[in-house]
Amino acid sequence: MSLTRRSMLKRIIAGSAIALVPFGAFANWAEAAFKADSFKGVLAEIGSEGAVESDKIKLKAPEIAENGAVVPVQVSSTLENIESISILVEKNPTPLTAQFKMFPGLKPDFKIRVRMGETSKVIAIVKAGGKSYSTSSEVKVTIGGCGG
Amino acid sequence: MRIKAKLKGDTATVKLLIKHPMESGRRKDEAGKLIPAKYVQTVTGHIAGTQVFEVNTGPGVSKNPFIQVILNGRKAGETIDFKWVDSSGASEDGSATLK
Repeated sequence: MSLTRRSMLKRIIAGSAIALVPFGAFANWAEAAFKADSFKGVLAEIGSEGAVESDKIKLKAPEIAENGAVVPVQVSSTLENIESISILVEKNPTPLTAQFKMFPGLKPDFKIRVRMGETSKVIAIVKAGGKSYSTSSEVKVTIGGCGG
Repeated sequence: MRIKAKLKGDTATVKLLIKHPMESGRRKDEAGKLIPAKYVQTVTGHIAGTQVFEVNTGPGVSKNPFIQVILNGRKAGETIDFKWVDSSGASEDGSATLK
């Protein structure tokens, strides 16, 4: 088969499509939101500035964390049509810590362990039906878990 | 990574333990030099090729991340495949059979 300009172009396009696949894994990672260095900055990046407090979100975190390096957090929600659940630590250098995405059959009930540099509010933000809802819990940290 | 999957009825409770330093880029080594950031950014889960789970993470997640996920409508014998990818592009796959 002769390599016409068109077939050559087709091959290049097909080749670059394959080369792009490995980046798919990163495509969803919200860089600007994860690198935002203020609580308000994260809210702006994830489009949740107008988050409304909701009692349909449960956030379980210890009242006092002796070791800020490992703070267990559980978040669950009974809201309908959940799209994502984010966990933020207000006073951490970069507050956005985790963002769970929802899939059919996945229960909106997650546990994760987070770092806390100092006493701070932990906030869960649930996006559901195009709106943002939140709840928060204060965790007192006796030994910080960030930095040196 | 270590995966424990426990099936009760059709509800699977899956616990993931990833061995990773989760370097935030703010920690200093003994010589006082900053240790470059290297942390897990995405963890995904698939069953029979269908995505069932995804979490995106930042440097605020503890070293050796622990995550618990609950999946409804599952059956014994199904295999759940997990993969994490970190900020340096390193990754690891792991799977567990629901029973």
